[in-house]
Amino acid sequence: MTSNKNASANDSSAERFYEQTWDLQYKHALGRTVSRFLDGLAEGKIWGRRTTDGRVLVPARSYDDLTHEETGEWVEVANNGVIEMSTVVYEAFNGLPKPPYALAYVMLEGADTALVGYVKGLDLSVQSVAIEAVKIGRHVHVCFAKTPTGTAADYWFELEATS
Amino acid sequence: MINVGIIGFGQSHFQTKRTDVTFPELVKEGADLALADAGITIKDVDAVVYPLAPDALIGVGNGERWVIDALGATGKPFMRVNNGGATGMSAVLTAWTHVASGLFDVVLVAGADRVSESGSAQSVLNKMWDVGYERTVPLNTITMLALSAQRYMHLYDSDETDMALVTVKNRKHASLNPYAHLRTPITVEEVLASRTLAWPIKLGDACPASTGAAGVVLVSERYAQRNNLKPAWIRGIGQNSETYWMGARVGEKSQGDHADADALAHAFDVAYQQAGITDPVTQIDVAEIYAPFSSVELHVIEAAHLAEKGKSPEGLRNGKFTLGSSGPVVNPSGGTQCTNPIAVTGTIRVGEAANQVLGRAGAHQVPHARVAIASAIGGDHQFYSTMVLCSDLEEIS
Repeated sequence: MTSNKNASANDSSAERFYEQTWDLQYKHALGRTVSRFLDGLAEGKIWGRRTTDGRVLVPARSYDDLTHEETGEWVEVANNGVIEMSTVVYEAFNGLPKPPYALAYVMLEGADTALVGYVKGLDLSVQSVAIEAVKIGRHVHVCFAKTPTGTAADYWFELEATS
Repeated sequence: MINVGIIGFGQSHFQTKRTDVTFPELVKEGADLALADAGITIKDVDAVVYPLAPDALIGVGNGERWVIDALGATGKPFMRVNNGGATGMSAVLTAWTHVASGLFDVVLVAGADRVSESGSAQSVLNKMWDVGYERTVPLNTITMLALSAQRYMHLYDSDETDMALVTVKNRKHASLNPYAHLRTPITVEEVLASRTLAWPIKLGDACPASTGAAGVVLVSERYAQRNNLKPAWIRGIGQNSETYWMGARVGEKSQGDHADADALAHAFDVAYQQAGITDPVTQIDVAEIYAPFSSVELHVIEAAHLAEKGKSPEGLRNGKFTLGSSGPVVNPSGGTQCTNPIAVTGTIRVGEAANQVLGRAGAHQVPHARVAIASAIGGDHQFYSTMVLCSDLEEIS
């Protein structure tokens, strides 16, 4: 009997698959600075921290990404500001919320860095209307959850009626 | 420092899925192709560097453990590198330091990716964002670049057609590259009519999730001389990083704007200075630059100083950066926009650039190319790698 290396049993087998799902649990410590920022949301306040050169970082960070120095004073910034960049998402991604939804980075009055959040209260069904509504420069205000969860989900943005 | 060159580059024919091999077998394909192209065997290799982006994309923890034998790295010094999208190029830069230090003469960089095995890639990538402040918002690599694209359009009075021109160019180039994943030419109208993912990014602006392997072999000048080899010489390298916080890239007091890639521009400046490049537009023949979405290529062309800020769309409209045009050709392989096996995408940029300066790029060869640049971007536009390659060690004038 002769053997043929090129025609082993394996070559004619249907290729098999192994399926798995990762279900991993974490409980992340958020530290004092982030915790205080989140506490502020329950009081309807957005807190930043002042850097040694006078900038106000929002959301509050304990150290400055530019200078590597610790930040100091807590600064309450305004609950209104301007959209610096935004997108409206129409594609569904596994494990992420069902579209459409609008996201924006907003420079709140008194802040030097922008805060990210959903822009809610919009009709996103017509794309051209939606992107015009959240274009750069639009004025928005921060809304707060009536029942705080202690997470960053406790705030979002809505358009100012006048903008 | 010791001069370092690239003597081998291998890559798969990229596609969406591969079911004929396991992941380690795919990695071995990259190693074998690179070694064969270099004309050496694993016995000639002094050390191995392995690029692998987030483990969760391949569904295995510490994936470097899984592939150690596939790389032939047992009994050799070994490092895994992860810098997000820049991983495949950061691994080459790591290998460069291995050789330039004089410690090793021959270093293999090889790896693979098969992003489509996870149906949850954007969910995995969402885990990049801060658990306290940003995770409750569904940011991902598409939305983060949609934000950048919107700012670019706003600052420079650009529009979605400008983005579409990038896709049209890259698909035309990819149709000439037998290894590319998306090889069907496309029109501006087709790109504009494709469905919106995260405005302004549409399906026609986006890279595919690619499966395949790639590798390069780096050698020292003394090894090249001893073995009569003609490598593509690495004449300059640069790296730079940018803040974690996207919200710190807007406003009057920010260091750079999320519309641009200023930190990448600095990394190019560093590499150009080493290589003696003083006028990129006239001195560079080819650019293999990492841009997973059409919008990214616009500001990377500008970061590489191949166009003024905000002016790359004008160049594209005038037919620049395309094969057959005068001046630097950008992504003649079709680039990341047509082939994105995340872990080795940066490796391919270097390999394609090396092939170009050696005149080995086939149907997408830029005629008489001598000087090429390569770059990669990782994280949220956060980790930048750059390189200048040349067919010789003479002055670049």
